[in-house]
Amino acid sequence: MSDHEYTPKSKFGKWFNDRLPLLTLASHLTDYPTPKNLNYWWTFGGILTFCLITQIVTGLVLAMHYIAHADMAFDSVEHIMRDVNYGWLIRYIHANGASMFFLAVYIHIFRSLFYGSYKSPREVIWIIGIIIYLLMMAAAFLGYVLPWGQMSFWGATVITNLFSAIPLVGEGIVTWLWGGYSVDNPTLTRFFTLHYLIPFLILGLVVLHIWALHVPGNNNPVGIDIKKPSKDTVPFHPYIVIKDGFALLMFMIVFAFFVFYTPNILGHADNYIEANPLVTPAHIVPEWYLLPFYAILRSVPDKLLGVVAMLSAILILAALPWLDTSKIRSAVFRPLYRQFYWILVADVLILGYVGAMPAEGLYLLVARVATAYYFLHFLVVLPILGYKEKTLPVPLSITEPVLGGSPNLALAKNKEKLEVK
Amino acid sequence: MKSYLRILLIFILFFGFSVKSNSAEKIEYLKTDWSFKGLFGKFDRGALQRGYQVYTEVCSSCHSMKYLSYRNLAEKGGPEFSLAQAKAIAASFEVTDGPNDDGEMFTRPGKLSDKFVMPYDNVKAAQAANGGAYPPDMSVLVKARGGGVDYIYSLLQGYENPPAGMSLDDGVYYNKYMYGNKIKMANQLSDGLVEYGDGTTASVEQMSKDVTTFLMWAAEPHLESRHQMGFKAIVYLTILTILVYFSMKRIWSRIETEV
Amino acid sequence: MSEKKTKRRDFLFTATYAVGAVGAAAVVWPMIDQMNPDASVKALASTEVDISSMNPGKTITVLWRGKPVFIRRRTQEEIAEAKAVNLNDLKHPEKDEDRAKNPEWLVMLGVCTHLGCVPLDQKGDYNGWFCPCHGSHYDISGRIRKGPAPTNMEIPEYKFVNNNTIKIG
Repeated sequence: MSDHEYTPKSKFGKWFNDRLPLLTLASHLTDYPTPKNLNYWWTFGGILTFCLITQIVTGLVLAMHYIAHADMAFDSVEHIMRDVNYGWLIRYIHANGASMFFLAVYIHIFRSLFYGSYKSPREVIWIIGIIIYLLMMAAAFLGYVLPWGQMSFWGATVITNLFSAIPLVGEGIVTWLWGGYSVDNPTLTRFFTLHYLIPFLILGLVVLHIWALHVPGNNNPVGIDIKKPSKDTVPFHPYIVIKDGFALLMFMIVFAFFVFYTPNILGHADNYIEANPLVTPAHIVPEWYLLPFYAILRSVPDKLLGVVAMLSAILILAALPWLDTSKIRSAVFRPLYRQFYWILVADVLILGYVGAMPAEGLYLLVARVATAYYFLHFLVVLPILGYKEKTLPVPLSITEPVLGGSPNLALAKNKEKLEVK
Repeated sequence: MKSYLRILLIFILFFGFSVKSNSAEKIEYLKTDWSFKGLFGKFDRGALQRGYQVYTEVCSSCHSMKYLSYRNLAEKGGPEFSLAQAKAIAASFEVTDGPNDDGEMFTRPGKLSDKFVMPYDNVKAAQAANGGAYPPDMSVLVKARGGGVDYIYSLLQGYENPPAGMSLDDGVYYNKYMYGNKIKMANQLSDGLVEYGDGTTASVEQMSKDVTTFLMWAAEPHLESRHQMGFKAIVYLTILTILVYFSMKRIWSRIETEV
Repeated sequence: MSEKKTKRRDFLFTATYAVGAVGAAAVVWPMIDQMNPDASVKALASTEVDISSMNPGKTITVLWRGKPVFIRRRTQEEIAEAKAVNLNDLKHPEKDEDRAKNPEWLVMLGVCTHLGCVPLDQKGDYNGWFCPCHGSHYDISGRIRKGPAPTNMEIPEYKFVNNNTIKIG
């Protein structure tokens, strides 16, 4: 990991560092050689760290006022919104923070897809990332239940009922999840406990994610292996820190706009109606970030197979490093893959859109086609593409010119410009 | 910088997309100019005070507002009645308190710390008194309806005779803005129904606007401080972003790479 | 020229750090302030107590802001005793007149000023209150006479609304 031995200057520093090498770690993180051509799509790792910490801090604070009881949860949220000092601010940050978190994670994932960051030797980073993503979805779902509004209640009912699709033991599992014969107080309290737990699991996995990243080092837009440290790298501090900081501030401006000016636009109005087990809302939709998977679920006319399809849609990502057979990482040098990449992006957006629409008529048809294409992309297109595609020549380093003196960075940039609009 | 613009574009698309999908099943609501919209939006105090009057004299006989307290009426950013006025308003309601030392419940005049008095003891009682339909609590009603203030404002003015061929059961009314057009609340507003203390003409339109403004405040009592704080936050973030941008340029100028 | 440039760079970085620090502090405050009493708690700051049925020599305890308040209707002997104390004997000198506006009624926060336990009525060496936790003795005016408590028991803000009612807070 560390490319140089570090010795603290002060005597105490040395004494401490010999016993717990925190200073060595800090030095490693500061000097960590990072490719100097990372573009702004790479800043989302830092942004996601910010999102996680924001959610944990605001969540802890909310938990000081929230009451996890079916009779009091809705009231306690209103209490937070009205009476607790800055309660409205903290809750709106937490609620919109979830959306911002997912927005950032989707950009982060699609960046990996474009630049082939999941490929050898970074498979473990990628798989840890997928686990983090799964836990994020779990945390988001559990958190959405806590205000105990109509969408909370019926979302919990629908999602827990997915488990009833499991043959033989399904019903038993659902009852076990509920702690009763329907979603009720026992469900709420256990959901609260788990919602509190998961972010810390995510935090632990993030540490592993970064650790695993620091072994091979960052991928980069050109997608080639680089020597570290070398002319191609810069120390993480201050170069990447300041760049991440700049991008984070941009992100925070957007975040602030949601929190202060349209705090409820990403939520659903029905969740301001207290949970009522007797009345289902006319139109149940999950939060926007789960819509593509919801569309996949609904596009399959069989209960069990629908659940299987939805789960596979996520789990298939874990197999991606082996499904993609191409030796070239970056889509910059893969003209065909680039096109399929953008088709996939469009496909997922379409899935998200039809997920928000009623599952009937044309929407259902579109959802089915899009679902089929989603799997086709990963199971058929990617494996074949690796063998068939004619890739562009890849430069040997980020800075050194090859190909008759033309600077490759410029070449790479031009290619990129052509594609990434 | 260019790729930043791309990211911004994604944000805008994302934002536009979410707005669009939320308004997919939109009906054209009646429009009016709400003073609380926009970056600097504030409530119209007069409208809030009049709206409170409409709520008390008309709505409150069926609709509760269980999350509001009388003290809220005097708080900053709300109707801003004077403390004395708010106390007088509170005292005009009979509040059940207790048990006293004899173990019995008793009534006393309301205090600022009391919640708004509820018209019915519980949901069942409310249903029984209203032909089975529960008049929803109005504390967060504006946020609990897809169309928000425009929906409430339109609904209050949306009573019409049913189109030919449509038969309505007893206690069911036609409203062109209601989901499914059938509503169990009869038309409540008529011109001159309340007498405004400030001399404003109490037309149906005016009363609808006032009471809707009041409901918006009830659902979002901190809206004004939210808008003020938001503006400051965004100005601050913009300044810091600019500073960081130039710092970044400086730092990266040490090596020859475009940021 | 190059020195000038360095200075400007220093200024830029300093300004960035300073502005950043201000923002960080501004973000921390709501996270701290949320733990302060909220608006609904603050609104419950006063309690009215009916004292019409109290005879001399009787103490009642009422709850105010989550704490016990002792209301004692003192007998003439007790009043005389409280007034007769020499202020030089007191750890925390306070006249009885300053503690009980109406000498017949002592209204005080029933919380030991040592570590917050509730003292027992009519116990201890001074015919007043005694805190069982760490042995503080208070007299019939609620003044600390012996033991670890540093000050007299606190007198809350209160007023007589009428002959039968005291409003605390």
